Amino acid sequence: MDKETRRLKRIKRRYRGEISFRLLSISAIVLAASFLVFFLSDMVRTGYTAFEQTVVQTEITYDADTVEIPQLSVSEEMSDLVSRGFLRLIPQMVEENPKLMNTTQTQWVLAEAEVDQYIKGKPNKLSEEEIAHIDSLKKEGKVKLVFNKWFFTNGDSKLPEMAGLLSAVIGTIYVLILTMMFSVPIGVMTAIYLEEFAPDNWFTRIIEVNINNLAAIPSIIFGLLGLAIFINLFGVPRSSALAGGLTLSLMSLPVIIISTRAALSSVPDTIRQAAQGVGASPWQVVWHHILPLSLPGIMTGTIISMAHAIGETAPLLIVGMLAYIPTAPTGVTQAATVLPAQIYTWSGDSLRAYTERTALGIIVLLSVLLLLNAVAVVLRNKYERKW
Amino acid sequence: MLKVLLYFLIGVLPLCYAAFYIGRKKARTGELESGERFHSRPAHYGWYSVIWMAVPSLAVSFIFTILGSSKIFKVPFTMHITTILLVAALGLWYAQKKITHNLRARNFIEKTIKVMLITASLVSILTTIGIVFSILFESMKFFSQVNFFSFITGTEWDPDTAFLEGAGRDASNAAQAQFGSVPIFAGTFMITTIALLVAVPVGLFSAIFMSEYASNRIRGWVKPILEILAGIPTVVYGFFAAITVSPLVVKLAESVGLQADYTNALSPGIVMGIMIIPFVSSLSDDVINAIPQNMREGSLALGMTRSETMKHVLLPAAMPGIVSAVLLALSRAIGETMIVVMAAGLQPRLSWNPLDGMTTVTVRIVDALTGDQSFDSLETLSAFGLGFVLLVITLMLNIVSSIVIRKFRKQYV
Repeated sequence: MDKETRRLKRIKRRYRGEISFRLLSISAIVLAASFLVFFLSDMVRTGYTAFEQTVVQTEITYDADTVEIPQLSVSEEMSDLVSRGFLRLIPQMVEENPKLMNTTQTQWVLAEAEVDQYIKGKPNKLSEEEIAHIDSLKKEGKVKLVFNKWFFTNGDSKLPEMAGLLSAVIGTIYVLILTMMFSVPIGVMTAIYLEEFAPDNWFTRIIEVNINNLAAIPSIIFGLLGLAIFINLFGVPRSSALAGGLTLSLMSLPVIIISTRAALSSVPDTIRQAAQGVGASPWQVVWHHILPLSLPGIMTGTIISMAHAIGETAPLLIVGMLAYIPTAPTGVTQAATVLPAQIYTWSGDSLRAYTERTALGIIVLLSVLLLLNAVAVVLRNKYERKW
Repeated sequence: MLKVLLYFLIGVLPLCYAAFYIGRKKARTGELESGERFHSRPAHYGWYSVIWMAVPSLAVSFIFTILGSSKIFKVPFTMHITTILLVAALGLWYAQKKITHNLRARNFIEKTIKVMLITASLVSILTTIGIVFSILFESMKFFSQVNFFSFITGTEWDPDTAFLEGAGRDASNAAQAQFGSVPIFAGTFMITTIALLVAVPVGLFSAIFMSEYASNRIRGWVKPILEILAGIPTVVYGFFAAITVSPLVVKLAESVGLQADYTNALSPGIVMGIMIIPFVSSLSDDVINAIPQNMREGSLALGMTRSETMKHVLLPAAMPGIVSAVLLALSRAIGETMIVVMAAGLQPRLSWNPLDGMTTVTVRIVDALTGDQSFDSLETLSAFGLGFVLLVITLMLNIVSSIVIRKFRKQYV
């Protein structure tokens, strides 16, 4: 009987161990998922306020004096509330629209970043009087929050209320196009060679080992390579989209090769044999049959590798792409910046108003990545064939 | 770029089509006139002409461009264009001469394509050579001025005088620059250790859950969610670590009466750990799944509970795979840049306290290369020295990891 109770006790203990082990493993998943939720909600919480921007209604005088000294165009007590960036644009606006000259207009104009922060209820450096002034303006309905379209139409700026993503977005598009132009043809060709043509010898094995090692090299090392080879040896302009695109294409090459090889090898051998049986040459087999059949897989891999490239920052910092770019670049050899580099620059700024803009930039970046990955998943589910 | 594209569209493409047309026409009329069957299809002869026209002239153009950009000899534009056109015409003329009924055009095309494919696959090799040589070359320059031994064992990292020289200022009366990398590697070690302390337990238990306890449906949900963690750009994690986690850590440390730095090693470590969870979990999950089912069933048949099966049978069998997953995650963590650049400190400090500000190899590389120094300054070169050590470490970790996993595969798969 004693033995029996001990046995029951032992079984109970073992079952308890089973339950706690199971709980432990579930809690690991829950922990990881809650990290993700916490992280995403934190970004949204920090960034959603930047969707709105404060504007103030004020009278603007356009005349010869104010074109000379834009500060004079608004009344003295308003000049602290109106964005200096807006005032600086006055000469340009008059030039573009000469009718404005010698008129006084009542306009909604961008507010200073500190005013914006106050309206959004965030810490700010405004004095008591200024706050009182803003409160009275608010009662009159002369201060309001509107959708922050400037964030998407402006380039970078030293003034937070004027800073936008446009030049970074255009830089990203340039870099991405260049990356694709270099890495997709070379990557797909390499994969075709390795998968369909290469004999099994030492040369092939060296290439294979080499590609696997390249995939594991830290991205910052690719930045060093870009700096030493492309910029210092070949004279590609520093911080240009070309330097960034070349560097990133070398980095995404192994990923494209590996995913393309997987797509090619998923096409069954019977297809190859059938094509060869009716007299197709090796290249005809690939071009007429294997490539069309594996195209969805190749495209999925390419999209995913491009999504990685969009988010990559470290190598681009090394090739100098953290430059201050107020207007969008118009060529691949001009200085440019990319989305993640812009996020990095803003996050390093000491002005509080940049924080929410950084977070909004992150939300934009994450949405783009989400979109790309969703496209990849849809492509895979829709076109991929199971043999 | 637009200009290049335009040249391509109005120059190269119509010429290629003309060559294709001429070649195909020659083959077609030849077949009709002589009544003899040509070896390949007419289109093959068209491509044959295109290859003979385009490849030599593009090669010449490429050589000219390289010459021009490396400033050896700048070829004038008119000379460039005329040479290319001449070479193209010569190639086309030669191809037309060669096209007869027994020319094996298809075989020629196949060979050309194969050469092109091989050339493309050489790019990856060239990349490796480029990486190794550029980094080796620059770090040789560095180590010719700084003793390698004192670089590895020195505990003082003080490149400021090198900075003064690099900025063109007189640094003769300042102390000599010191490049002792121990505090930098200690910081890297501290942060990656913290990252692994977060990632290994969470990742491993997640893998156990996915492979043993989750139904297929739940697994199909959980795995992508975990993989999102690896897909988030590191600059985003860096912002998260600097803005949210660091203040949190400082506050928590204060509440238990500890002094924490805002650039402490703990917060980038934790965030980096979150980032590498999927590296541990995905590979471990694959490995646990790859263990033959009969081992699992044998253990369950003996009356072991699932957790006991896991602890005593599956985990020991999967150990090599798990080790290699951890090594991969480790190499990933060591080379990770943005999180530490944004959340860790700049000042190298030798300390055992994770609440102190510390710096890492990657932070020093970025810091040295994004400053305003001239490229040959000692501080810039020190980045390549550090990069060299980083490259060697990650490559070694990868090689060890792939050897370990190959052993595992041999045993079970």
